[in-house]
Amino acid sequence: MNTEASTLKDLDAVRSMIKRHKLNDYIFGAVGLSFIMLILLTLLVLFIDLIIDGYPKLMSWDFFTSFPSRRAASAGLLSALVGSALVMIITFVSAVPMGVAAAIYLEEYAKKNWLSEVIEVNVTNLAAVPSIIYGLLALGLFVYILDFGTSILTAGLTLGLLILPVVIVATREAIRGIPVAIREAAYAVGATKWQVVSQHVVRYATGGILTGVIIGMARAIGETAPVITIGALTFIAFLPPSPVTTSAPFLNFDWLWSGFTVLPIQMFSWLSRPGADFHVNAAAAGAVIIVVTLLMNGIAIRMRYNIRKKIKWQ
Amino acid sequence: MVTVTTPLKAESRDLNFIYNGGHRALKGINMPLYEKKITALIGPSGCGKSTFLRCFNRMHDLYPGNKYEGQIVMHPDNTNVLGAGVDPIEVRMRISMVFQKPNPFPKSIYENVAYGLRVRGERNKRIIDDKVEEALKGAAIWDEVKDRLHDLAFNLSGGQQQRLCIARALATDPEIMLFDEPTSALDPIATANIEELMTELRDRLTILVVTHNMQQAARISDYTAYMYLGEMMEYGDTDRIFTNPTRKETEDYITGKFG
Amino acid sequence: MEIQISDRLAKKFRRNLIERGIEFLLLLAAMSAVFTTIAIVCILLYESYTFFEHVSLRDFLTDTQWTPLFADAHYGIMPLVSGTVTTAAIALAFAIPVGTIGAIYLSEFASHRVRETVKPILELLEGVPTIVFGYFALLLVTPLLQKLIPGLPTFNMLGPGIVIGIMVIPYIASVSEDAMRAVPMSMREGSYAMGATRFQTAIRVVTPAAISGIIAAYILAISRAVGETMVVAIAAGQQPNLTFNPMDSAATITAYIVQVAMGDLPHGSIGYQSIFAAGLVLMLMTLFFNLLGHFTRKKFREAY
Repeated sequence: MNTEASTLKDLDAVRSMIKRHKLNDYIFGAVGLSFIMLILLTLLVLFIDLIIDGYPKLMSWDFFTSFPSRRAASAGLLSALVGSALVMIITFVSAVPMGVAAAIYLEEYAKKNWLSEVIEVNVTNLAAVPSIIYGLLALGLFVYILDFGTSILTAGLTLGLLILPVVIVATREAIRGIPVAIREAAYAVGATKWQVVSQHVVRYATGGILTGVIIGMARAIGETAPVITIGALTFIAFLPPSPVTTSAPFLNFDWLWSGFTVLPIQMFSWLSRPGADFHVNAAAAGAVIIVVTLLMNGIAIRMRYNIRKKIKWQ
Repeated sequence: MVTVTTPLKAESRDLNFIYNGGHRALKGINMPLYEKKITALIGPSGCGKSTFLRCFNRMHDLYPGNKYEGQIVMHPDNTNVLGAGVDPIEVRMRISMVFQKPNPFPKSIYENVAYGLRVRGERNKRIIDDKVEEALKGAAIWDEVKDRLHDLAFNLSGGQQQRLCIARALATDPEIMLFDEPTSALDPIATANIEELMTELRDRLTILVVTHNMQQAARISDYTAYMYLGEMMEYGDTDRIFTNPTRKETEDYITGKFG
Repeated sequence: MEIQISDRLAKKFRRNLIERGIEFLLLLAAMSAVFTTIAIVCILLYESYTFFEHVSLRDFLTDTQWTPLFADAHYGIMPLVSGTVTTAAIALAFAIPVGTIGAIYLSEFASHRVRETVKPILELLEGVPTIVFGYFALLLVTPLLQKLIPGLPTFNMLGPGIVIGIMVIPYIASVSEDAMRAVPMSMREGSYAMGATRFQTAIRVVTPAAISGIIAAYILAISRAVGETMVVAIAAGQQPNLTFNPMDSAATITAYIVQVAMGDLPHGSIGYQSIFAAGLVLMLMTLFFNLLGHFTRKKFREAY
């Protein structure tokens, strides 16, 4: 063991060593901060550049109300906007109820056995499957085997499958956050399992489920690869039949089978034109996509932070 | 009041501590720490004993907004541990600490003990080997782990983990060792081992221990301080504190009327 | 009296029946994940099977050309694999160091305020669609690189590689930071109490303790980089090219699938089936990384 004297004699050496070691702190702190700033700045510059590039188009109302055209100057986003909206309806209807139901099963009903294990593994794996693989699945299954063709229905279902894991994971997290005490309180007054789940668990988890749904939908809006893979056309100069009609029964489902284009596909097609004049259109479409997805994600993240902060059970 | 022959290792002078947010957790604490003795801090939970202990190695500096007032002076060099010009790292190299719950690092047994040496820039494998063995022997765990030094430390039992943490703290030859309720997470047998170890360590270094267990303080310590609501109520020879406390509050606590 | 009891029993029976029915429906919904996986595997295998009736596995793995749409058709997958591996490698060479250092900085060095500001922004950036990054790769990054590296073709793997890297950095940083935050404070205190600096604590204690979460972040980033489609389809070129040179233009597996899908190939033709064979290879590659992630996570499972 060191004697007192030697420790004290070493004190100066210790101090200079600490100084040396702390230099690493400063260097790493500086490097880390500059990396973070660099990345945020790069992305900011990219987004600003996109908006500047597309500015002339973004400022013209015609851009949003015109069909695509051979001439860049008159080409617009109309069919893509309508297409994206209709596809999203199908995606929502197919992914959300199924995803929420699956999550409820896994959290509230599933027993610890091989079956729930298999389901869990599948959900985790599906979340990591590249989106283009979903495109191949849809091409083989929806387009040809089920013969839905390259339609709004096919695209909506494809994106629905794609975001299913997102919805399931978010819903499970939301349900898990609800304390057992609330469930027990409901059981104590004689509620059945389903009553407890539907009237209490799902209701309290709504906020969390909603954030997952919004993030999933934002992802679906921006997805390009699977929609291209099912063979979506890029030049659509018509609108699908209207879902709402003026005469009874006021609803019309012909639009499900209609050809379509969506925002990212429209952008891709303008971007892959050789001439630079269409790149302005691509930038404007990109700006629209970015604004929509960032807005949706922003709302969802904000909601999630608020939920985490506000709700303190007990 | 106290035998004067033993030299002082450190003392706190008028120590106040204010947590971020303004809570004054320590109020004017004065206490000596005698060399190669065990001093125990007792008192009901929330009395500030752990807060006081953690002032000695400046653990509060890890969290922003905390404030010290007063001094903790180390002897014989008269360094004020809390001084503005004193680097907390320097203090922690002289004063090591054992925590409430064993907190080994996600490394091998060997690397856990070698950690302090590596942090100090030691690279000589022979020196590290020797120090590790010495520290593990000092912590009375060498025989149990000598054949599996490269196993993950998490595989040890709770009591072994705590002795490993003591070995880790021992390997760098600290002048003072702080124990923050070191046995509260352990079973009675492991607790007895740690207590025995602490009394052995007394020959080598100065020990300050916070304990939730009065009997433990009575069994192992030379001096005892009773704290209540951030104040030092009474300090003295352990024997005297437990047999003949001067203050009524101390007596009430010790006899279990309160706490 | 008797009527009442049987009435109550009937009610109870009905109630039980409904509960059972609901449970079954929920199970069916949960099984959708399993059905999806099965469907993916079946479709890929089925279409690939017909593909491999025309093409020998040997040619598929050893031929150095991939030209299923040409008159002189070759079916060697390696050019597509080399494109995929090269772009992904560039992306990760860039994203893993930057993302990890960023995560360590955020978790161990940054003030509370900086962390609370940057973290949501990173999460926000994870949601930016990849098509937008394709635009950057083609019209911003590549022209910039062409100024630095004279002779760089318009379509190359370096630009898209870097852009994919930029794209996955927020992801790596955010997920790794989560893992480091989960390391208990007591472990950090143990290190600081030994006189360690911030840097020593971060590198020697916190990072090893969070390693399983960090590796999980890397693995998912690899899967993303390998499966990334739009950036490479737009900016890396469409010509399959057996090369690992970042300056070359090359097609990836994903870019090839897009290229074929954009064309007008008849259902059932060999060209049509070739995209499923390519997709199967992609699926196997990502499956490999996912399994790797699964096992490393098990091996490094945090014990605290």
